[in-house]
Amino acid sequence: MTPSIVPNFGSESTDRKLAIICSKGNLDMAYPGLILANAALGEGVETMLFFTFWGFDMITKSRMNDLQFSPAGNTAMHLPGHNMHIPQAMMPAPGMTAVATHMLKKQIADLDVPEVPDFLDQIVAAGGHLWACRMSADMNKLEMNDLRDDVEGIISASDFIEMTEGAQLLFI
Amino acid sequence: MPVIRIAEKPVNVNEEGFMTQYDEWNEEIAKELAAQIEIPLTEEHWKIIKFLREDFKVQGETATSRRVQTVGGVPVKEQFALFPKKPAKKMAYIAGLPKPKGCV
Repeated sequence: MTPSIVPNFGSESTDRKLAIICSKGNLDMAYPGLILANAALGEGVETMLFFTFWGFDMITKSRMNDLQFSPAGNTAMHLPGHNMHIPQAMMPAPGMTAVATHMLKKQIADLDVPEVPDFLDQIVAAGGHLWACRMSADMNKLEMNDLRDDVEGIISASDFIEMTEGAQLLFI
Repeated sequence: MPVIRIAEKPVNVNEEGFMTQYDEWNEEIAKELAAQIEIPLTEEHWKIIKFLREDFKVQGETATSRRVQTVGGVPVKEQFALFPKKPAKKMAYIAGLPKPKGCV
């Protein structure tokens, strides 16, 4: 018989930090940052998300429920379960974005992965921090009360760089 | 795969120490596993552990944190309070189940 084996869950005081910059507002590109943030938090890693440019839509109350997915310009888009492409020339057809968005949302829901606002709720519940970009807020004429209530502040790029000292960084 | 002694019983585990045989688990073993990772078990902990055991029996895989919230009814925030830092893995370990496979 082998002596006791106890999994190494790491020390309670890991100082690993992850900063994720979310710069895209398309439905498909909102998810990578959220999935990685959620995974990092589940591993005990302190995680900060910074929303900038198009990524601002993910935290803007009036837009966060309506992120869309367009197959236009995405040559890796296939019909689910097939290798077949839809010709790019057909992608700008009326209704194509709505259909593709609906299909993608269904595929994501089938995996029991939450919609973007719910996912951010879960990330905050797990201890994640949300920050908004000052320049994007100014360009879009948005203020704190236009954003999710759990956004901790609108800050400049240099503030974000300063507060994420020592963190690993992802730009999405 | 190694066999180790937990709560006076020989138990099959993988190389990390997670149990590999669903039916070898019992509550005495859970208490000892929890003690090894310094988690004192309360009623709230048992509620999650029992949900994980039941859910695994039906689904054939370990529930993720997300599922413990949506199906098991224990919010993610509470899971982090009960099983600090790495709730999904710690819950699975004490419940004698494999680590969850899902990403979310």
